[in-house]
Amino acid sequence: MNISLTVNGETYEREVEPRMLLSDFLRHELGLTGTHVGCEHGVCGACTILFDGDPVRSCLMFAVQANGHEVMTVEGLAEDMDDLHPLQEAFWETHGLQCGFCTPGFLLTLLPFLEENADPSEDEIREAISGNLCRCTGYQHIVDSARLAAEKMREG
Amino acid sequence: MKPPPFEYQAPDSLEGALAILAEHGDEAKVLAGGQSLIPAMNFRVAQPTLLVDLNGLAELSYIRQADDGGLLIGAMTRQRQLELDELVAESAPLLHEAMPHIAHPQIRNRGTLGGSLVHADPASELPVVALARGATMRVRGPDGEREVPAESFFLGMFTTDLQPEEILVEVALPPMPANAGWSFKEVSRRRGDYAMMGVGTLVTLDEKGVCQQASLVYLNAGDGPVAAPQAAEALQGEKQTPEAVEAAAVKAAEDEIEPFGNVHASVEYQRHLARVLTRQALETAFERAAASLKNGG
Repeated sequence: MNISLTVNGETYEREVEPRMLLSDFLRHELGLTGTHVGCEHGVCGACTILFDGDPVRSCLMFAVQANGHEVMTVEGLAEDMDDLHPLQEAFWETHGLQCGFCTPGFLLTLLPFLEENADPSEDEIREAISGNLCRCTGYQHIVDSARLAAEKMREG
Repeated sequence: MKPPPFEYQAPDSLEGALAILAEHGDEAKVLAGGQSLIPAMNFRVAQPTLLVDLNGLAELSYIRQADDGGLLIGAMTRQRQLELDELVAESAPLLHEAMPHIAHPQIRNRGTLGGSLVHADPASELPVVALARGATMRVRGPDGEREVPAESFFLGMFTTDLQPEEILVEVALPPMPANAGWSFKEVSRRRGDYAMMGVGTLVTLDEKGVCQQASLVYLNAGDGPVAAPQAAEALQGEKQTPEAVEAAAVKAAEDEIEPFGNVHASVEYQRHLARVLTRQALETAFERAAASLKNGG
């Protein structure tokens, strides 16, 4: 099937088999390997992307379903290494990652959450990231990162 | 690529979707939110040869007040929409209270009301709410529309009355009765996990605070949403007393539910959870009904 979609502001057209998962499409067809693939059944959250602005599991959608829609991946967060998004800066500064495998999913889960909740409590943050697994940090530093990011985003 | 090859069609109307199903019937599978079907396809547990994607049907996504004060909800309404909707919070408080228990926000952004009901996982929340609230399923097929009450819709493990050429289009919730209280409670090992046990309850009081009607429905307690009609009936004519509540909880937990037990929770533990959750849920429901009574219904 021929599909056309927007990823990080750029339009792509590709021919895909219906069975190709959106996560695999982003990685293998578009070379956007920032979207990580963990469990492939919707449990780990590593493949979280924004689909028309909402965080979803890209392993639980087919690429053909993205036809005509807008996707944002972790590559869309910053222009380059010297101009990170405040959310990325916050993760860097508070050690919100160790191996980094889960990080893209956390970032894209937190982005719309922090845009809607300028000053979330720790409980609200933990609820927001409950669908993302991290095997390194024990989550404490991720919660710290989210709080710092909220502060940075409030200041603009 | 995990799933085996399949054909994919994305009709732009309900009529179009029904025509495809009429032609292909059994081989076709309807794709709603995909949050249970796609994992099953990734594991190759489900291997449909044709997927009929309903995500293009905006006509099946809505939340409307019905003329009788109840709610009419389109089957493709996303779970996240239900969770955040003010009309749902006001007119369907049991549904509202159950929503955050369903998986995670990312899943609820895609998952739909209809998809979850038709999937009929005994561990899922929405069938419990549908049964506890006496919802009506509006189903469209080649011969037109039919209405199926929740109690005859759920037929067992992952099985409903929906036929291969039919589509669930709308769920009608009756208005909340006057002086009614509700509660939805569950216990899971981690937030967002499938619950080990859960209960949805509704209690209606008369002006003296005596229970007129009750309903108790459980998840992960058998091969579908499991009602406990005897425990509910025993509450009729009772006021909120620790003895009446405990008696209902014991009746439901020991005699009426049929949990299977699993690696996370033994049958005994599931029954224990059911007893404690029923007690807590009934207390909350009675208190809410009493508060409603105080405020004039």
